[in-house]
Amino acid sequence: MRIILHVWRQKNAQSPGKFERYERPEVSPDMSFLEMLDVLNEDLVNKNEQPVVFDHDCREGICGACGFVVNGIAHGPEDGTTVCQLHMRKFKDGDELYLEPWRAKAFPLVRDLLVDRSALDRIIQAGGYITAPTGTSVDANNILVAKPDQERAMDAAACIGCGACVAACPNASAMLFTSAKVTHLGNLPQGQPERLDRVEAMVATMDKEGFGSCTLIGECSAACPKSISMDSIARLNGDYIRATFVKRPLELSGQGSG
Amino acid sequence: MELNAKVPSGPIEKSWDKHRFDLKLVNPANKRKYNIIVVGTGLAGGAAAASLGELGYNVLAFCYQDSPRRAHSIAAQGGINAAKNYQNDGDSVWRLFYDTVKGGDYRAREHNVYRLAQVSVNIIDQCVAQGVPFAREYGGQLANRSFGGAQVSRTFYARGQTGQQLLIGAYQAMERMVGLGKVKQFTRHEMLDLVVIDGRARGIITRDMVTGKIERFIADAVVLATGGYGNNFYLSTNAKGCNVTATYRAYKKGAGFANPCFTQIHPTCIPVAGDHQSKLTLMSESLRNDGRIWVPKDKGDKRAPGQIPEDGRDYYLERRYPSFGNLVPRDVASRAAKAVCDEGRGVGPGGLGVYLDFSDAVKRIGAAGVAEKYGNLFQMYEKITGEDPYSVPMRIYPAVHYTMGGLWVDYNLQSTIPGLFVLGEANFSDHGANRLGASALMQGLADGYFVIPYTIGDYLARGGWEKTTTDHAEFKKVEDDVTGRIKKLLGVKGKRSPDSFHKELGKLMWDNCGMGRNAKGLQENLKRIPALREEFWKNVNVTGEAGELNQQLEKAGRVADFLEFGEVICMDALDRDESCGGHFREEHQTEEGEAKRDDEKFMHVSVWEHQGEGKAPVRHKEPLKFEYVKPAQRSYK
Amino acid sequence: MSWTLKFWDSTVGKKVLMALTGAAGFVFVIGHMAGNMQVYLGRDQINAYAHFLHEKAGLLWVVRIALLAAVGLHVLSALQLQLIKRAARPVRYQKPGIIQATPASRTMIFTGLLLAWFLLYHLAHFTWGNAHPAFRELDAYNNIVTGFQHVPSSVFYIVCMVLLGLHLGHGGNALFFSLGLVHPKYRQAVRAITYALMLLVVIANISIPVAVLAGVLKI
Repeated sequence: MRIILHVWRQKNAQSPGKFERYERPEVSPDMSFLEMLDVLNEDLVNKNEQPVVFDHDCREGICGACGFVVNGIAHGPEDGTTVCQLHMRKFKDGDELYLEPWRAKAFPLVRDLLVDRSALDRIIQAGGYITAPTGTSVDANNILVAKPDQERAMDAAACIGCGACVAACPNASAMLFTSAKVTHLGNLPQGQPERLDRVEAMVATMDKEGFGSCTLIGECSAACPKSISMDSIARLNGDYIRATFVKRPLELSGQGSG
Repeated sequence: MELNAKVPSGPIEKSWDKHRFDLKLVNPANKRKYNIIVVGTGLAGGAAAASLGELGYNVLAFCYQDSPRRAHSIAAQGGINAAKNYQNDGDSVWRLFYDTVKGGDYRAREHNVYRLAQVSVNIIDQCVAQGVPFAREYGGQLANRSFGGAQVSRTFYARGQTGQQLLIGAYQAMERMVGLGKVKQFTRHEMLDLVVIDGRARGIITRDMVTGKIERFIADAVVLATGGYGNNFYLSTNAKGCNVTATYRAYKKGAGFANPCFTQIHPTCIPVAGDHQSKLTLMSESLRNDGRIWVPKDKGDKRAPGQIPEDGRDYYLERRYPSFGNLVPRDVASRAAKAVCDEGRGVGPGGLGVYLDFSDAVKRIGAAGVAEKYGNLFQMYEKITGEDPYSVPMRIYPAVHYTMGGLWVDYNLQSTIPGLFVLGEANFSDHGANRLGASALMQGLADGYFVIPYTIGDYLARGGWEKTTTDHAEFKKVEDDVTGRIKKLLGVKGKRSPDSFHKELGKLMWDNCGMGRNAKGLQENLKRIPALREEFWKNVNVTGEAGELNQQLEKAGRVADFLEFGEVICMDALDRDESCGGHFREEHQTEEGEAKRDDEKFMHVSVWEHQGEGKAPVRHKEPLKFEYVKPAQRSYK
Repeated sequence: MSWTLKFWDSTVGKKVLMALTGAAGFVFVIGHMAGNMQVYLGRDQINAYAHFLHEKAGLLWVVRIALLAAVGLHVLSALQLQLIKRAARPVRYQKPGIIQATPASRTMIFTGLLLAWFLLYHLAHFTWGNAHPAFRELDAYNNIVTGFQHVPSSVFYIVCMVLLGLHLGHGGNALFFSLGLVHPKYRQAVRAITYALMLLVVIANISIPVAVLAGVLKI
C-alpha cells in the first residue's frame, strides 16, 4: 500500500525544524511502523541523504525507548501499543501521516524525532525506589503481600518510562509516570517506610523539571502503551496530602549514637 | 595466555564461603578512594553499579541507551530460577546446580555453577526487599512456575515481565546511588575501546552519542556487563542496539574470548514475515506448557491447519521425546523444528515455521483459562502477525536468543586482563553449551549483586598499579585509534548502507553457523566473511558527520566489529569438532539425530587470544573437571 | 521553606486547593439553587428568605468572606497553573490530536474565566443592583422577574449556566482524584451523584429565566 509521511526534521535543538514529505509507494501491511521507517532510511542513505533519527531498541514494546507522535496521537492510533509494535496493517492505502517528536519543555529535542527524557530518571533518583542496600534483606517469604496489593503494584510497575503520558498531556504533565511509581511502591509493605517522603521528593523534582500540572483529563492513560490507570494519580494526590498534613517531622534527640 | 581459574580447593559446598574469607578487604574509609567503571546497565551492570556504590566506591556507569532502564534484560519474559524450595517439591541448591550443569551439556565450570545456585536464594530476597512485584499466592507467599529442563517448580515470575521488573529494581537501586552522588551515570555513551596500562585495565574511551565527542575515562578497575553478541546474526531476539563492540575491543586488547560458538537458538519465536524484518520476537517458553507443536505429516501439505485432520498431523516432539514431550530443552526443540522444516514439512511463508497449537488447551480449560495464563503473549502475537491464536494455531520458528560464550573469566569474574571484570551474558562461565530457561536473569543478578562486590575488593586491596591520569600516553594512543577508525568509516563513502552489510553477514552466520553447522559451511564462511569485510571497508556508505548524533555511524562501527567477530565464532565452531548443547555439528550426531559429545577431546573451554591485525588468533584450553556431576549422554526421551 | 508554602508551591498542592475551593463552590451553588427555588413558592416566600439572610448579617458576611476567599484562591491557583502548563509545552504540536478527553475537561480555564466574569455581572445584577434596570432593595421576587424579562440577560444567564454545568461536570469528578478519594467500589456512585447534582443545579437555575420568559413567573 501507499503511505505519505510528513516527518518532523530538525538537526538539533537550536536549529529550526520542519515537516519533510516522503512518499512510500510499497508498504507491506506486515511491517511494523519502525520497519517502515527502516526502509525509508535505507532509501535515504542510498540517496546520500540524512536518515530520519528516532529512538528505538528492543522493538518488543517493553524497553520504552521508542515513541513519537503519529497524527497527534502518542505511539499512534492503536490502544495499549508502543510505536514499535504498531503494524502497518492498522493503516490504509493512501493514508497521510504526520510524525512529530514528544513535545515538552522537560524533554528537550535532540534531533528529528528523538528527545532527551533524562528528567524521568531524575524523578526516580529523587525517591522512586525502596532503600534496600544489597545484602540487607530478610527471607523473601517473611514479607507477605496480599494478592490484590501485589496485583495493583504490578499494574503500576508495568510502566516502561517511554514518556507518552507527557507527550499526550496538553499540559506536558508527568503525573502518570510519577504516580505509577508511587503506586507501585506504595502498595507494597516494603514501600511503606519511605512512602510519604517518596511522594514529596518525587513531586518536588517533577515540578522542578518543568513538567506541567495535571488537569485529570485522562489523555495520558489513554495514550499509555501499558494502560496505567488514572487511579494512580489519585493515589499520589492522597499520599501527598498525607505527607503534608499528617506526617510528623523527623525529631532527632541530638544525643548522637555514642 | 595463562588461564588460572582460581577455583578454591575443598568441598564444593564450602568453596564460596572459604573463598570469600580468603579474599582481601578494602576498609570502609578507603573505598571512597577507588573509582570503578561499569559499562552496561542491565541486570548485571545495574546491580553491580548499585551494590558497589552502596559499598562506598565511586562508580562511573555507562550505557548507550538514553536511560539505564532500557537495557535489554528488560525484555526477559518468563522468570528467574532460585533454589528456594518454597513448593516443598524437593528442590535444593544441589539440584539447581545439577540441572544447570546437565542442561549446559557438561561444558560449564562446576564451581561457578554451584555458587550461582547458592546465591540464587539471596537474589529473590534482595529483589523482594526492593519491591519487585513477584506473583503471589492468596496467602501472600511467593508463587512459582515450572520451566524447561527441570522437574521442580522453582521459577519466580512477575506476569510475563519478569526481566522488566528485576531490571527496574536494579535500576531504582542504582538511581538511588546516583541521587546520593556515589554513582555517576553516563547515558548515550558508547564504549569504543578499552585502555590497558602496564597490563591492567585502567579506563575506556567513549563516544558521546549526542555530540559525537570522544572522551577518556580512567578508573582503578573496569567492569564490562555489556551483554551478548546475538546480533552477529542480524536477526535475533536481542534489542537493535545490542552489540559486541565492548567485549570484542577488550578481546583485541588481550582478553581471552571463551567458547564464542556457543549460541542459543530459542525454539519459540515469531517467524520472519519479509525482507523488511528488523528483529525477531520471542514467545515465552512457558507457552510450551499448554501448546502442542506439530507439522503436517506429508511434505508440501498446503491445507489450512484447521483442514488437516488429526491423523495428518505429526506432533513430532511428543513422538520423539515421549517423557518430556513439548517441554524438552531449547536446543533439542530448536533442532527438531529445523529437521522437520528441512524435510519440507514446515508451514507458513517459505516453509519456515511449525504450529504451536492451543486448541486442546482451549477445549480443556476454555479460552478464558488460556487467556488468564497467556493473555499478554497472545495479544502480542496477534499485534505482530494479525492472526488470532485462539482460533488459528501460532506459527513459530527458532531464532538466535542468547550467547553462552563470552569473555573468559576466572572464579572472581576477572578476565585475562587484570582489573577487567566481566559480568552477566558478556562472560562465559555458568551456562556451558546451553542455557536453561529462567537462568539468565539469575546469573546476571548473581554476578552483579553477590559476586563482584566481594571479588573486586580483593583486586583493589592488592593494589600494585600507579596513579596516573587520562593524559597518559596510552589514553592518547587509544583515543587516536578510535577517532582514526571513525574517520575511516566516514571516509569510505561507498554505495552500500551499514545495514545491508549486517543483513548479509547475518544470513551467512545463520545459514552456516546457526542451528546446524558442518565443516564445509564453516570453511565457506571463513572465506566469505573476510571478503565481505573487505567490501565493507571499500563500499560502505556512512552518511553524516562525526560530531553529531549519527545513528548510521553507530551502526557502522558495530557492524565493523561483527564482521571481525563473526569469523572468530566460525573458527571456534570449526575447531570444536563435536556436538554439545546449542553447538550442533552435523557430523556428530547419534542415530536419532541427537547431539553427540566428544568428552575425550573437547571437555574444555576454548579460549581465543588475539594475535594482532590480520593474524589468526590462538586457541587455548581450560580443561573442565567434573567431580560432582558425572557427564552422561543427555536424554529427554 | 515552611511546609505550608511548600504545599502551595507544588502543582499538586495547588490542585488540592483548587479541589477544596471548587468543592466549596459546588456546595454553594447547590445551596444557592435551593434558595432560588423559593421563587416558585411566591413573592412572599422568596422575599422573606431575602430578609432572613439580611437579619443574620454577621453570618452572611462570614459566608461571603469565605466564599470570596475560596473563589480568589481557586482563580489564583488556576491562573498560576495555567502559566506553568503553558511553559511546559513551549513548542506546540503542528498536528494535534485527542484520544478521549471531553471538551469540558479541556476548556476548564475558559469556562472558569467566563464564570468569574459572570459572577461579577451576577452580583452587579442581583446583589448590588447597578446592572439591573429596575432594582428594588430586598424585593428579590421583583428583581428576579423584572431582571429576566429582559431577553438578552436571560439568554446570557442560560448560556452561563450551561458553562457552569460543563465546569462542574469535570471539576466535580476531578476533585475526588485531586483529593485522593478514589475507590473502585464507589467510583460509579460518585460519578452518578456528581453528574446528577450538576444537572439539577443547571436545570433548576435555567428554569427561572425560562419561567419568567414563559410568563409563569410574573409581577
